[in-house]
Amino acid sequence: MKRLLWAAAATVLVLGLWQALVSLAGLPPFILPGPGRVATALWKNRVLIADNAGVTILEVLLGLVLGTLVGAATAIGLAASASARALMRPILVFSQAIPVFALAPILTLWLGYGIGSKVVMAVLIIFFPVASSFLDGLLTTPQGYLDLARCMGARPGATLWRIRVPAALPSLASGLRLAAVYAPIGAVIGEWVGASRGLGYLMLLANGRAKIDLMFASLIVLAAFTIILHALIDFLATRLQSDAN
Amino acid sequence: MTAPAVRVAGRGEVDGAPLFGPLDIVLPGGQWTCLLGPSGVGKSTVLRLIADLPTGVSFLGTISAEDGMPLKGRVGYMAQSDLLLPWLDVTGNVELGARLRHERPDAARAAALVERVGLGPRARRRPRTLSGGERQRAALARTLMEDRPIVLLDEPFSALDAGNRAAMQETAAELLAGRTVLLVTHDPAEAARLGHHILVMTASGVIPAEPPALPPIRPFDDPGTLACQARLLTLLRRAA
Repeated sequence: MKRLLWAAAATVLVLGLWQALVSLAGLPPFILPGPGRVATALWKNRVLIADNAGVTILEVLLGLVLGTLVGAATAIGLAASASARALMRPILVFSQAIPVFALAPILTLWLGYGIGSKVVMAVLIIFFPVASSFLDGLLTTPQGYLDLARCMGARPGATLWRIRVPAALPSLASGLRLAAVYAPIGAVIGEWVGASRGLGYLMLLANGRAKIDLMFASLIVLAAFTIILHALIDFLATRLQSDAN
Repeated sequence: MTAPAVRVAGRGEVDGAPLFGPLDIVLPGGQWTCLLGPSGVGKSTVLRLIADLPTGVSFLGTISAEDGMPLKGRVGYMAQSDLLLPWLDVTGNVELGARLRHERPDAARAAALVERVGLGPRARRRPRTLSGGERQRAALARTLMEDRPIVLLDEPFSALDAGNRAAMQETAAELLAGRTVLLVTHDPAEAARLGHHILVMTASGVIPAEPPALPPIRPFDDPGTLACQARLLTLLRRAA
């Protein structure tokens, strides 16, 4: 409850500073509209914004699910085999040297203006944090558990699935927390490069037509969605962590 | 189940520098041997070598069972930390070995063992909801479930408070009777109470110590046990 009060106070503070900046500097609405104008734009364009937000949300959620699946599967594969790790490490390091954003135009060329290129963008951007943090957890299983498994005559696959994977779920959870922040960035960048729908597309369109109030309204919706997504993932991640402790 | 004697003969080196030995110790079949010594002398390393666990020590010598059969698959292990998996309940932890070997766990036996160590009402509880003593009891049930003729105990009671420790010593002595047990400990009172045989490990080697006249498990107020405890403490202090 106290946290909510503080959050409300922070919101009022930011809105106040925003309005003060607009009034005192005498900024015209096509440079920086005040909070009242943005709220009006948000209400007037609610159907348009909701429609585009739905597309972006779908892209982000698909990207999160697929990126987590691919990242987690990669981590498990690498954890199971030392030679796979040795082979893949340079490839992964090289792949991280490529800015994912630089791939956006080529993804749009290959996959078109639909949601496919944005989903792949989100998958690419969250793959590494998910895979690397999960792999880190898989490679740092408490030695005592492994000793116990060895004395029990465990099959290697059983040790992986019944001990190493569950013991690494807290690390996967940290990766998921990062992914929740990155996935919307990936989707929006994808939309900027080439799209016919989505919040990123709407922001560019509004900007181009000097509808700055609409642009800010879209931005606020995007930020609100990211915060809600983060809270949901945080809830899930905390469950994963408490289960393994 | 016949519990064979186990012999460890050789020396341990770390990067060419001697860690312990040369030593030649025998754990008589079906009895408790307590390996007593100060921290860092290598007694846990000896236990881990018998269990074929990684140690970072190169062991030059032989570890064998007197019946000539390999040790692999015949050794159970219990550590100071209970090593219960936090995401499984007590029963799940007791049945872990079977699942790790892709076997179907004997649920009735697991339930009986959980009951036997006094955790019947806690069978479906997660480890974090148990006390330290209860957790070590669950670990004992898991060790018994494995039903190995040779059981290696690496200070499993040392983190418990005095009352719980005495109770656990009695339960373990009773339930592990007839197996070849190696108990690594730094507590002279524990060794005097539990050991059919007592070995004191120091930097210069392993010295056998005379156990009390009474058979284990001995009352802690038995004069012979107390005298043995004092002798062991003297040996340890002289070695330090």
